[in-house]
Amino acid sequence: MSSFYKLVATGVALLLPLVVYADSLVPEPPEAAKNYNDKTQCVEPVPEMRRNHMKYLLRHRDLTMHEGIRTKKFSLKECINCHNAPSPKDGKVASIEDKNHDHFCSTCHSYAAVKIDCFECHSDKPANTQYRHPLSSMRLPETDFSALKKANDKMLAKAAEKKESQQ
Amino acid sequence: MSTDNNIDKYRRQFLASATAVAGLAVAPGVILNQVAHAKALDQAVTSKNRWGMLVDVNKCATGCNDCVKACNTYNGITGVGDPKTDAQWIRKVKLTDKQTGYVQSLPLMCQHCEFPPCVDVCPTGASFKRADGIVLVDKHICIGCRYCMMACPYKARSFVHEPIHEHIYPRGKGTVESCTMCVDRVDDPNGPRDPACVEACNASGHKAMWFGDLKDPESEISKRLKEYGGVQIRADLELNTGVRYQNLD
Amino acid sequence: MKIPRYLELEGRSTGFYALIAILLAFIAAGAGAFLYMEHNGHIVTGMNNQTVWGMPHVFAVFLIVAASGALNVASISSVFNRKIYKPLAPLSAILAVSLLLGGLLILVLDLGRPERLIIAMTTYNPRSIFAWNILLYNGFFVVVLVYLWLMLERRFNKYSSIAGFFAFIWRLVLTTGTGSIFGFLVARTSFDSALYAPMFVIFSFAYGLAIFAVVMVAAYSWTGRALGDVIVNRLRKLLGVFVAASMYFVLVFHLTNLYFAKAQGFEKFILDGNTIYTKLFWIGQILIGGVFPLLIVYGKGLKSKGSLVVASLLVIAGGFAQMFVTIIGGQAYPLPLFPGKIEQSTFYDGVINLYTPSLPEILLGLGGVAVAIFVVVFAMKNLRMLPESLADEEIDPDYTPAEAESAA
Repeated sequence: MSSFYKLVATGVALLLPLVVYADSLVPEPPEAAKNYNDKTQCVEPVPEMRRNHMKYLLRHRDLTMHEGIRTKKFSLKECINCHNAPSPKDGKVASIEDKNHDHFCSTCHSYAAVKIDCFECHSDKPANTQYRHPLSSMRLPETDFSALKKANDKMLAKAAEKKESQQ
Repeated sequence: MSTDNNIDKYRRQFLASATAVAGLAVAPGVILNQVAHAKALDQAVTSKNRWGMLVDVNKCATGCNDCVKACNTYNGITGVGDPKTDAQWIRKVKLTDKQTGYVQSLPLMCQHCEFPPCVDVCPTGASFKRADGIVLVDKHICIGCRYCMMACPYKARSFVHEPIHEHIYPRGKGTVESCTMCVDRVDDPNGPRDPACVEACNASGHKAMWFGDLKDPESEISKRLKEYGGVQIRADLELNTGVRYQNLD
Repeated sequence: MKIPRYLELEGRSTGFYALIAILLAFIAAGAGAFLYMEHNGHIVTGMNNQTVWGMPHVFAVFLIVAASGALNVASISSVFNRKIYKPLAPLSAILAVSLLLGGLLILVLDLGRPERLIIAMTTYNPRSIFAWNILLYNGFFVVVLVYLWLMLERRFNKYSSIAGFFAFIWRLVLTTGTGSIFGFLVARTSFDSALYAPMFVIFSFAYGLAIFAVVMVAAYSWTGRALGDVIVNRLRKLLGVFVAASMYFVLVFHLTNLYFAKAQGFEKFILDGNTIYTKLFWIGQILIGGVFPLLIVYGKGLKSKGSLVVASLLVIAGGFAQMFVTIIGGQAYPLPLFPGKIEQSTFYDGVINLYTPSLPEILLGLGGVAVAIFVVVFAMKNLRMLPESLADEEIDPDYTPAEAESAA
């Protein structure tokens, strides 16, 4: 019997690092700039938003686009303004492309491996901040196209040359 | 949510009527008109309005490009510096009569047709017309097939050829876009504001462009059209455009 | 007439493996080109805001139109009950499906947002001819594959002619839809004609039959199977009829335009310009795609198999030139915005638009062609769809040696 417990204990001890490791992978999205409680809640309760935020966002998107309804409650812009506000420590604003996933949206989305294309068109940073600098949204992993690009450039240059010589 | 919003709405309505009263005393026409059109944030657009623009070609100066610059700045239209591929929501066209040599110049943009060919051909319905007559592209469902660009009689649409890195206004690679009549300004809860191009044209002192409600007989644009007339470009297609031109000959 | 024996390709020769390797290389190059375009945006292609449909559309529309025509042989056997074509009906059907697949693949991969294809399947605008085409293309796959299955499954052979009739109607509607994509463009002088629908249907007959003939002759020569002169001569003469009909439609189209003052500028641009489009029209579409094939098909003293293949290859080349002139030439001609005025702007108003195809666009197009051929070869290798012999005595119900001689 005792040897069985020993075995279990060893097993648990061996598995412990894995548990700790797995725990460190669970996303911890940054705090929002404003804090709401149950009474002053901003949108819907947290569990509902975690599960269904995309439904609210998509519905609001269609209402704004097609009917010109511009309430702020489920507007992506407002979410970003508050949830991706400049960090109180150093005033930095996270980008969706940050490798360590400091951006509110990318923390969970990279964990769940759900690709979103919102920020190919929409700003991933609060509006009217000075933090606006060239940024890009989720793109394909870098691939080396240099050979193809070279051949293509050469072809286009040749065609342009020919066109010029004709004129 | 609803209580908060209602309070907002009541406040807005109170303010609106207060302004209207004040307006009656100060400057009757303009402010009253704006208040009548003010749309609360939670109100949907309706077909009671039809937004349009009017261009007086005689007042439009050859060589002046202020409307184009204002549009690019306001809507964050950037490119790679190649006019073949860069998006152009509005452009200046110089016209020279083939027989007489008479020169005119005018701004050309989406004409916001009542029967837009771009909307007819779009396979997904991304190209659509709002109830208030503004023709838009829903870039969320645009697949980038470019059929609307083939169908538009005015070449008013552009395809975003390159990835966009700076998002002043939502734009992105692989979708089609065109003049929105600065729709976010039209939806301003304090009443519709002039699009960036019209604003710039006024600021330049040429005052060749007007924006307003074609369905409101009291709006300046309607009055001007009634008094001086106005033509549509490619009127033969019977698209009933929302953008009209005066003194185009 | 005997019941034909269908056999798979053996597929063990060096030639077969070489063919597969070449096709795979082209498919890989096409895939690379797609990723390159998707990664960088269409800025790396030859397209621009004036010429929005480029080389990929030339390849894609050509393949889609040809797909419908590739079904000719099956239609003639099922709908018009010509027994001599029956053994070739399965090949005809699989070729139609693969050409459509190749064409659609190009079209889809050239979209600005190809990853949103699902939207095109779920959100329909019922007024859009493009949306109808999505239904027609998908339906074509279903209809033709069911038809093919009924032909290959002996127990259900009796239903195959009904399915064949349905497929025949479907493909006429399909090409009407493809032609109408251009015909419904009211704003452009170059398009805006109801003639596009029937003209594309006739083009499809010619292009599809030409591709079918090349595939058939290649398959039989490379596998050393017997291919008699009777079927070859029938196809050759049929091709001649389709080419002549195509030329007739082209003539009517341009004559009508020449009559209208508003379209004369466009006609001058295509027929008497100094651009590539004029050259491609006269040399490519008319001479190579029309006159030469007719001379070869109806000329005396040419060997049957060789002349069919040469005429077919010329028709394919001419068809490609036609698509280039129609699609890109049609966009090159400026929109008539201000009649009687010279227009100048930063957006190329009133000028002939320039378009230079880029390498990725061409590779994407060739990749689609390679996919189409690969699917056909794959099907022939794995399914029993090619008759073991098409010798005259095997397929001709009224075969006499004397007739064979006179036909040649």
